[in-house]
Amino acid sequence: MKRALLFAAIVFTAVAPFSVGAQESNAQKNSAILIKNATLLTITHGNIEHGSVLIRDGKIAAVGTDLKAPDGATVIDASGQYVMPGIVDCHSHIAIDGGVNEGSISVSSMANIADVLNPDDLSIYDDLAGGVTEANVLHGSANPIGGQTVVIKLRWGKPASELPFEGALPGIKFALGENPKRSNFTPPPGVEPRYPATRLGVEETIRAAFIEAREYKREWDDYKQKKAAGNQNLIPPRRDEKLEPLVEVLEGKRYVHSHCYRADEILMLIRVANEFGFKVRTFQHVLEGYKVADEIAASGAGGSTFSDWWAYKMEAFDAIPYNAALMTDRGVIVSVNSDDAEEARHLNQEAAKSMKYGGLSANDALKLITLNPAIQLGIDNRVGSIEVGKDADLAIFNHDPLSVYAVVQKTLIDGQVYFDRQRDIDARPGLEKEKQDLLAKEKKAAEEKKAEGKSEGKPDKSPEGKKKKPPTKQSNVGNVSGGGL
Amino acid sequence: MKNRFKFRHVLLVFMAACIVSLIAWARSARASGEAPRYFAITNARIVTGTGSVINSGTVVVARGLIQAVGENVAIPPEAWVIDGKGLTVYPGLIDAGTDLGLPREEAADTAAAGRGRRRAAPTGEIAKGPEDRPGTTPWRVAADEFKTDDKRIETWRNAGFTTALSVPDGGIFPGQATVVALAGDRHGDYIVKAVATLPISFRPVGGFWGFPDSLMGSIAYIRQVFDDSTWYAQADPIYAANVTKFERLPYDRTEQVISRELHDKETVLLPANNSVQILRALRLADEWKINAVIYGAQQGYEVADSIAAKKTPVLVNLKWPERVKDADPEAEQTLRELRFRDRAPSSPAVLAKSGVKFGFYSGGLTGPKDIFKNTRKAIAAGLAPDAALRAFTADSAEILGVSDRMGSIAPGKIANLVITDGEIFGEKTKVKDVFVDGRWFEIHEEPAADKAGDHKTDEPAGAPADELVSGEGVGR
Repeated sequence: MKRALLFAAIVFTAVAPFSVGAQESNAQKNSAILIKNATLLTITHGNIEHGSVLIRDGKIAAVGTDLKAPDGATVIDASGQYVMPGIVDCHSHIAIDGGVNEGSISVSSMANIADVLNPDDLSIYDDLAGGVTEANVLHGSANPIGGQTVVIKLRWGKPASELPFEGALPGIKFALGENPKRSNFTPPPGVEPRYPATRLGVEETIRAAFIEAREYKREWDDYKQKKAAGNQNLIPPRRDEKLEPLVEVLEGKRYVHSHCYRADEILMLIRVANEFGFKVRTFQHVLEGYKVADEIAASGAGGSTFSDWWAYKMEAFDAIPYNAALMTDRGVIVSVNSDDAEEARHLNQEAAKSMKYGGLSANDALKLITLNPAIQLGIDNRVGSIEVGKDADLAIFNHDPLSVYAVVQKTLIDGQVYFDRQRDIDARPGLEKEKQDLLAKEKKAAEEKKAEGKSEGKPDKSPEGKKKKPPTKQSNVGNVSGGGL
Repeated sequence: MKNRFKFRHVLLVFMAACIVSLIAWARSARASGEAPRYFAITNARIVTGTGSVINSGTVVVARGLIQAVGENVAIPPEAWVIDGKGLTVYPGLIDAGTDLGLPREEAADTAAAGRGRRRAAPTGEIAKGPEDRPGTTPWRVAADEFKTDDKRIETWRNAGFTTALSVPDGGIFPGQATVVALAGDRHGDYIVKAVATLPISFRPVGGFWGFPDSLMGSIAYIRQVFDDSTWYAQADPIYAANVTKFERLPYDRTEQVISRELHDKETVLLPANNSVQILRALRLADEWKINAVIYGAQQGYEVADSIAAKKTPVLVNLKWPERVKDADPEAEQTLRELRFRDRAPSSPAVLAKSGVKFGFYSGGLTGPKDIFKNTRKAIAAGLAPDAALRAFTADSAEILGVSDRMGSIAPGKIANLVITDGEIFGEKTKVKDVFVDGRWFEIHEEPAADKAGDHKTDEPAGAPADELVSGEGVGR
């Protein structure tokens, strides 16, 4: 565990996907929901005491103090509770199957997180229990240019195809510094160390890739032009899964989210981006962002940082908890992210730290985990604040979310309740019983099998009886297939 | 003159021999040491596998094929007659995914440097990207590597299996799988369909230092191979017609094989065991425009309707998940694992109900006893026994593209038969006779059968089985 667990007990005896949750939600989708008597933290229009939010067809239909529930509407009485926009986590690695990094090569842009989304990852539910509704699911930081990334809604219980945030621009992960130069890996004998091994090499790798991408784009443009001019018998260029996402970056159709720490490498990437005519959408971690906040702001990039997580390696030493507030002061759009399934469960508290360190207002602190990351991901027209017309992605806390006592009661996405603390608590005895029953059933079956083997009296004659071989790959089999679940 | 006379003499003798042999072919064949080729199984209950059951009838086998089947069928005079009274004749069973006949290869490529030993030095060449074609040998054909001396062939056959799909292992595109007959005099006799289907594995082969080292890397790689092969199919004819205009296309065996595969619309086996993997495989099959067959499918009970909607056939792995042996007794068992282990055997029943076409495969089970035991579990979980039979016969044959030749008892079909003394999946049922390509095998009492087969049966079923079982065994 990277940090102390501050959050009060959040339990995740999650209901299995493809069962109750999804069905209930479908029913809700068709009817209106009124959340009433709550303190609404709208982010864009101040706080509303004794406020109500009316939800229709998954969208916020009305916000006010004297809303009436339409016929057939579900009413959630949130007396004494706080409703805020669902939390947007701008740096997450949840819900990924089969490895977060394609770390074998320095440019792995052909790898795509969208291919390997795992909707069964319990971290989705854990994060819902922390009020998170959107996550920017990123490839790891092993490579100067990593894999393609995807923004998801935490629609627990829905298949992978329904997780991506509709219309959100896809991204690509870049990484600078120690991770991509492989400072912490020594290859075994006979294996060549991977290029690059220095920060200079990281820059060169990125430049080389974009030169290649530019050339690739030219080849295709050339081919299409000739083809359009009626030229026959042309051999088309090969499709290149590595370069196509980079062409999209050049064309502004894909966001760059770059892992970084030090001021010098931040400036480096701004220069490289300028050279090739693209924009860095966010600098991630960006722990020395406070040193070059003006340059970041001028470049139009956002900064997505930690509240107070540092010193875990050389390049992360020069960090200060004032980073988020200082960058905000200089006009950078700043978010606070988790980079971690556990941390994502208390992003509200991470945001609150910028009130102590840097003196952000409560509303600006909340912006760090709502509107700002939504802007950074280009989804602020849909989420990030409580406004009429936006998606009904909301978190209901029992206290002010900036308080350490705040615990999420309900989390809604598209107007559907995906996490309900009481429902979770109520389901636990039944799930525990199911589990004990299944364990007992397995135990009984195992005993019967044992007895059967004995009564046959010739276990060695049957193939099964002879399975006394040492465990081989086969014994992993159950594990692997089960583990994939 | 003298010569001519002699010739006539020989001719006479020959004709006489022919007449004799026509009268009693079997005897003459036996006398000359050849196996008989004509049989009639009489008075037997015949489960044809096409839905009809003949309570007492005859199956005539002639020169490897089924010549006739019915209640009143003329028995050719040359036929050996097997009295089937009290016995039942079924179509020979198909195991639609094994490594039978394929010796397990150690460290054929970088696959050996798997994730279990992530930081160890890989043994093979380290791929630096898709262009290095990691773990890619689609030109390999299981038929060419099939060894007839695998003792398990007899073990499987003695239990009623006449046919198997031998699936090569090792890498992402390990090679073509072959439909084999489980008997023959020579190697060539065993091969039914050399290039039957193309298995793909999502298992990363890079071993940390090489590409790909992740599931998303494997998928990206496969996508690039399909891109390249599509490109090759397009570019090669243009180049051939304009050799003076273009640079020579580089030779790439993978592109050649895969582009032919795409052109022929050959089926592709995609591993997918749990619901997430299954839905992912269905999506990728659409994207890649391939005729996919899902194999694994043990959590098919959750997504059967999605599979049915795509009309994608499925091969279900009969090695049901079990708690890992010698596992830490204190280790937490999640409800999710427990549910999966409990419900996996219900997958075939749910698939059948949804109208999904599926076959069965042994997937690393060490012997037929376990195959039948686990089939009974599927039946206990709601699968109709005749649907189970279809999964082992007609439906597997269809999925493997050999339904024109086998999978049921009908005239013209290959004489693959199994004769039992009871319901084929019955616990106490014994197999009495097996026909493979019209070759007759009388099955003796169990101990003998065990003796013949149990040596090899003890061996771990090998790497392909592991892959078949695990779907994608990628690191978590």
